[in-house]
Amino acid sequence: MALKMVKGSIDRMFDKNLQDLVRGIRNHKEDEAKYISQCIDEIKQELKQDNIAVKANAVCKLTYLQMLGYDISWAAFNIIEVMSASKFTFKRIGYLAASQCFHEGTDVIMLTTNQIRKDLSSPSQYDTGVALTGLSCFVTPDLARDLANDIMTLMSHTKPYIRKKAVLIMYKVFLKYPESLRPAFPRLKEKLEDPDPGVQSAAVNVICELARRNPKNYLSLAPLFFKLMTSSTNNWVLIKIIKLFGALTPLEPRLGKKLIEPLTNLIHSTSAMSLLYECVNTVIAVLISLSSGMPNHSASIQLCVQKLRILIEDSDQNLKYLGLLAMSKILRTHPKSVQAHKDLVLQCLDDKDESIRLRALDLLYGMVSKKNLMEIVKKLMTHVDKAEGTTYRDELLTKIIDICSQSNYQHITNFEWYISILVELTRLEGTRHGHLIAAQMLDVAIRVKAIRRFAVSQMSALLDSAHLVASSTQRSGICEVLYAAAWICGEFSEHLQEPQQTLEAMLRPKVTTLPGHIQAVYVQNVVKLYAAILQQKERAADTQAAQEVTQLLVERLPQFVQSADLEAQERASCILQLVKHVQKLQARDVPVAEEVSALFAGELNPVAPKAQKKVPVPEGLDLDAWINEPLSDSESEDEKPKAIFHDEEPRHAKQRPPEADEQELARRREARKQEQANNPFYIKSSPSPQKRYQDAPGVDHIPVVQIDLSVPLKVPGMPMSDQYVKLEEERRHRQRLEKDKRKRKKRERERRGARRHSSLHTESDEDITPAQRVDIVTEEMPENALPSDEDDKDPNDPYRALDIDLDKPLADSEKLPVQKHRDAETSKSPERQDIAVVEKKSKKPKRKEKKHKEKEREKKKKEAEKGADLDFWLSTAPPAATPAPEEPGVNAAVAAPKEEREEPRGEEQDAAEDGEQDLEKKPSKHKKKKHKKDKEERSKDQKKSKKRAPPREGEAEPVENGALDEEPLPPMSSYSLLAENSYIKMTYDVQGSLQKDSQVTVSVVLENQSSSFLKNMELNVLDSLNARLARPEGSSVHDGVPVPFQLPPGISNEAQFVFTIQSIVTAQKLKGTLSFIAKNDEGSTHEKLDFKLHFTCTSYLVTTPCYSDAFAKLLESGDLSMSSVKVDGISMSFQNLLAKICFHHHFSVVERVDSCASMYSRSIQGHHVCLLVKKGEKSVSVDGKCSDSTLLSNVLEEMKETLAKC
Amino acid sequence: MIQAILVFNNHGKPRLVCFYQRFPEEIQQQIIREIFHLVLKRDDNICNFLGGGSLIGGSDYKLIYRHYATLYFVFCGDSSESELGILDLIQDLVETLDKCFENVCGLDLIFHMDKVRYILQEVVMGRMVLEINMNEIVAQTEGQNRLEKSEGGLSAAPARAVSTVKNIGLLEIPRIINTGDLNIKVPNPSQFV
Repeated sequence: MALKMVKGSIDRMFDKNLQDLVRGIRNHKEDEAKYISQCIDEIKQELKQDNIAVKANAVCKLTYLQMLGYDISWAAFNIIEVMSASKFTFKRIGYLAASQCFHEGTDVIMLTTNQIRKDLSSPSQYDTGVALTGLSCFVTPDLARDLANDIMTLMSHTKPYIRKKAVLIMYKVFLKYPESLRPAFPRLKEKLEDPDPGVQSAAVNVICELARRNPKNYLSLAPLFFKLMTSSTNNWVLIKIIKLFGALTPLEPRLGKKLIEPLTNLIHSTSAMSLLYECVNTVIAVLISLSSGMPNHSASIQLCVQKLRILIEDSDQNLKYLGLLAMSKILRTHPKSVQAHKDLVLQCLDDKDESIRLRALDLLYGMVSKKNLMEIVKKLMTHVDKAEGTTYRDELLTKIIDICSQSNYQHITNFEWYISILVELTRLEGTRHGHLIAAQMLDVAIRVKAIRRFAVSQMSALLDSAHLVASSTQRSGICEVLYAAAWICGEFSEHLQEPQQTLEAMLRPKVTTLPGHIQAVYVQNVVKLYAAILQQKERAADTQAAQEVTQLLVERLPQFVQSADLEAQERASCILQLVKHVQKLQARDVPVAEEVSALFAGELNPVAPKAQKKVPVPEGLDLDAWINEPLSDSESEDEKPKAIFHDEEPRHAKQRPPEADEQELARRREARKQEQANNPFYIKSSPSPQKRYQDAPGVDHIPVVQIDLSVPLKVPGMPMSDQYVKLEEERRHRQRLEKDKRKRKKRERERRGARRHSSLHTESDEDITPAQRVDIVTEEMPENALPSDEDDKDPNDPYRALDIDLDKPLADSEKLPVQKHRDAETSKSPERQDIAVVEKKSKKPKRKEKKHKEKEREKKKKEAEKGADLDFWLSTAPPAATPAPEEPGVNAAVAAPKEEREEPRGEEQDAAEDGEQDLEKKPSKHKKKKHKKDKEERSKDQKKSKKRAPPREGEAEPVENGALDEEPLPPMSSYSLLAENSYIKMTYDVQGSLQKDSQVTVSVVLENQSSSFLKNMELNVLDSLNARLARPEGSSVHDGVPVPFQLPPGISNEAQFVFTIQSIVTAQKLKGTLSFIAKNDEGSTHEKLDFKLHFTCTSYLVTTPCYSDAFAKLLESGDLSMSSVKVDGISMSFQNLLAKICFHHHFSVVERVDSCASMYSRSIQGHHVCLLVKKGEKSVSVDGKCSDSTLLSNVLEEMKETLAKC
Repeated sequence: MIQAILVFNNHGKPRLVCFYQRFPEEIQQQIIREIFHLVLKRDDNICNFLGGGSLIGGSDYKLIYRHYATLYFVFCGDSSESELGILDLIQDLVETLDKCFENVCGLDLIFHMDKVRYILQEVVMGRMVLEINMNEIVAQTEGQNRLEKSEGGLSAAPARAVSTVKNIGLLEIPRIINTGDLNIKVPNPSQFV
């Protein structure tokens, strides 16, 4: 017994691990299933062990089996056990298994809440990380609710590794627990400016994903994203943002206008194809949203089309594919510019890659015009013949039909050609789309009256050769066309040349092998034909022939009476009796033709497919109410077979006595004419004098331009569509000649009249007159049909719950649930804990009251402001013109309290408070963005910190709510003059970026002050040891960097240059030259302009928010050196002073108490710079601490200069 | 967003399966088969995108794949993902695997499916791309592996000994199995991104 146990434990040591399992499975290829079931049994044994290592090993193996398709949910509890192991090794295995197999229906998942919470707050970053990763796969609404607060805390974790995961998982939390979105959003937004590129990218990811589903709620973030777009160098982030803008522009066309320029610059400058492609895509979206009224954007379209052409011509199939895809988007709004590249698209039709061919087909759809339709379809027809594989051929077939039938057959000038194309398509073998062709035939024959004669002749030929179409091997699809053929021949039998022959064709015994519904149509239309023949014969008084026809029917109809199809059988027996009755009457020499044809009298009108839906519900009718209470649920409704053509309604119309409607018809005809005149899709005749003459006889009455129909009609059998192409060309040529002649005459006349018109004659689409008088009967709609199509959103859409207004300030009740027994607030960073405890005790009730009021006020303001901010941002002129508001919200965090008052601007401002000082409108506008951010920060603090002490009344209070009057801040611009001459003015601004630690971006605004056109601009700088201009790869240090645009007179634009800096502790100057060519009427000259770029230490600082607790820790750490300055004679308010420091020196206010404020900033190389700013009477002292003393003293010197100007 | 990441070999055998949306196991296998048949019939010189299969997603989803020697790497993403971006991501992923496994080969993926998953978890999380910086991914993976090693300690010593003994046999695997799962060729970093 004891031996057995020992043996057991040794065996255990030889338990299979994952590798053994894999190897075993590979060695048991024949009986894999059996081997695996053996292994699962072993795993079950292992899971019963107490040893966690054994369990973990077992779970690891299960994860592998899950991948092979084995359900492992039975081990869910064991997985949780492994998840809660203390060792990371096991924990990781557990979480991996959980992420593979847990889902919302897993019942044990609720047991994990506390374990996950524990792991989230684990000191080891990998424990936290693995928990976050796992949770992202199986988060449930309950977990989301319980853990939202913990995760939100992790968003401010010190380690970027945790921060980025926490940010990313928030998206899942929002989805499962939408209530968390608003409380968590401010912090998420902060993360957009996180110093770590990974965290920033995660935040962009999440917000873009949120915004994609509910774009309108995120419009207010546009300025922030705009700034990211112009400053970020991370292509992933850029792509996401640019995609997001593509979703936002349809909601706000002004945004589009603002975007065009930076996007165009990106298109010019980027070398990354992925970025280029997305830029082009978004430019297209912008252009679509602007569509009309922006004539000067043709350059952008041209640019896009050009770039796409390059993509399409690339040998890389992926680029080709995407190029075509994007091209089809442009096509929708700017077909002209794409049509120029028809050659390219047709070329793609020959590509070996099917997906590229399909894309090219999509494009062709939009590229056809009256002029080229025949040519394109001809090309497609040859492809149909060549195509291998039925799917692609079917796709071609549907595309041909789509192309031809689009917008009410807009591009078809010759319907005879179209009918012959359709007939040719019926010869395709094995297509599934017979019903499509059939539907087209029916539609054309019904709606184009002029074509009926031709259609009928073709259809009768088709019926005659039905055996070809419906040969048994391929009867499934294509025989549907016989349905159409039979119906057309029957309905328009008066146009038949040889009705008798067609009748016989339809009564052949072979017909009974056709599908039932087609037989039924045959039977019905045989009678229509019969009626027509009877009438014809009786008119000719040929009773003998009439009786023969009747006899034929009596003989042949019984074959349908035996049909297996109910419909065919029923109709056949009914009609057989009818014909027998007619036979009797005929025997007595009674004329019957009139009565028989009365069965089918009346005209058919096409009814719009939506017509039924559009009938308004009469008042007082409740469609949901029962008319009779339901008896039992056993009755099931009979489903009607789906009709190919909406023929139910027309049938009703037929029953009506035609006279009764005469007036009504006339009225409708009038209305229809009116409608057609206004309908852009209706084929209108060009307003040439000749055409006007044609118009005279009235739209409904019929063929006018009779062309050489005789030729193709006499061609026996089926005409080749190619003949029509040729004919059509000839016809058009004739027409053109005629027209030219007329034109010439006219011009001569005009010339004589001494008036000149610049009549450049280009043949436009409209010039081509259709071969037949095309009378497309528009589809009928019920009277007072409901207008718009309301697109119903799917109520089950999970993203719908996230349609939440994020701009509304948070209410007190909106808090993430916090576990009661834990004091979750102690660990949170954004709280202010460093406020005197003494104050905390006093005045509590009073403070609460006040705070509430304050909040209310702020709320109102903020709401008004949000709209206004965006409004303002959007309404500013293009970037270069007004540089100051270009970077709203970038640098500063404080603004004068005065500006919190909103001026009434636009409708959004109606609610704004008493706007006393209209005078201050302009200055404050410029700052709005900045103080918004500040306020957000402040109000967030207010809301979150319950413990926060009240500021002493009367002193700090005004600062908080900003109600007191203070002088307004003048507009500030961070751009300073670089150099200027008679041609050009350069202003510049230097910004550091936290992502690349030794790079700064210099934005130079170039303004053309001359009347010349400036081009070939090139900027060159003499590099120093410490600072170098980043030049494109492959160029030497002496080469200049080209400016990616040209400047027409009076225009300004902004170019950005990147410099690499070694040491940032001292300021420095770089000498440089801008060379350019100035071109005017007299000629062009080379010019240059020298300048000195000044890199201040300030320009290496980047505004970085900092929480007071982190700030305090930083100061305590003691590894900072200290320095201070004092400036006298300052009369500016403290508020404005801070705003200035924030704006010009890239600081953010950490905390402000009375006339004392702590501020923080970070250099691009990670130096912390902390300031304590104190205002005395007429003087300001600034104490600074920084990890580098030289940097600090330099920054303070610069600050002194700024302050001295106050 | 990314709906699924699949790696399978030229015969459709799954090597890595990662669905970010819940599908029952049999449906998962069905999807893999369907996608396998979709990509299998595509030449290597035609474009790397195709519409999602009928089972996964809908018209908004597309498959973006790369074919390396014996393995297909397939990402299924929706319209918010940049096609070329994902293509580069696949390349980055393979290069990362190459770094982590020191010359990755098909067998690494077969025998260390768990490790591959851990690496993938550093790249994509909860349907979104977490990190694209290869060095960061490698650093975090190595950090975790170090932690695991340090935890190994005494208790895992016997297990490790056993596993070493077993792995003596593993060395012969390439010869025994000989499936042609050879080195994944890592082509030059692509021209995008």
